[in-house]
Amino acid sequence: MLHIVNKSPTERSAFASCLAHVLPGHAVLLIEDGVYAATRGSAAAERLTAALRDVKLYVLAPDLEARAMSKALLEGVVPVDYRGFVDLVVQHPRVQSWL
Amino acid sequence: MDQSEPAAIPATDSDRPGAIRKFMFVNRKAPYGTVYALEGLEVVLITAAFDQEVALAFLDDGVYQLVKGQNTKAIESKNFSPAYRALDDYDIDRLYVERESLESRGLAEEDLVVAVKVIPASELSKLMDEADVLLSF
Repeated sequence: MLHIVNKSPTERSAFASCLAHVLPGHAVLLIEDGVYAATRGSAAAERLTAALRDVKLYVLAPDLEARAMSKALLEGVVPVDYRGFVDLVVQHPRVQSWL
Repeated sequence: MDQSEPAAIPATDSDRPGAIRKFMFVNRKAPYGTVYALEGLEVVLITAAFDQEVALAFLDDGVYQLVKGQNTKAIESKNFSPAYRALDDYDIDRLYVERESLESRGLAEEDLVVAVKVIPASELSKLMDEADVLLSF
């Protein structure tokens, strides 16, 4: 299952709700303002690092670049381009968007 | 990740034409601040008309959709909360409410307009994982 988060973790509860429902083996893709969760020093970073143990984490690179956050990306989070985004959706039979 | 050829989703029984699929509607928004809740309800009814297996989950602010006593006269919006009681007529009787979301909003099962199953987040995660299709509102 693929979880998609597009809201900032400091503005909305979407990221927290996602982490509360993600199961081992699932994948999480951060897009739009969701990418802030994967940046060093963010309030969400610690929870994200803990989740990395049994969940694959991806971030949409164009959204990181747009926000000047590429250099702050946490280790272990995999940047993908739009094609990679499509691949993730195709590879996972279920997608949950935490709007 | 591999950027060449996307791997195909493995075919399952639910992919057969005419197969009944397990739909789960994930409701996470309060009823009147945005149009999500009302639109979600519309899609639930459409899906049921196609004889699909439908379940609804209410979590986060989505639990506010089910609170008894809504009166929208003065805000000139349609009060659609009675519609949740009609879902049973469409053979939709799987309504799940997340316990943590209820409790953190000072709500209890008896505050809700319709009979639901209150379950912990851990159980809801599993139900989501077992659905064929997830639709978020």
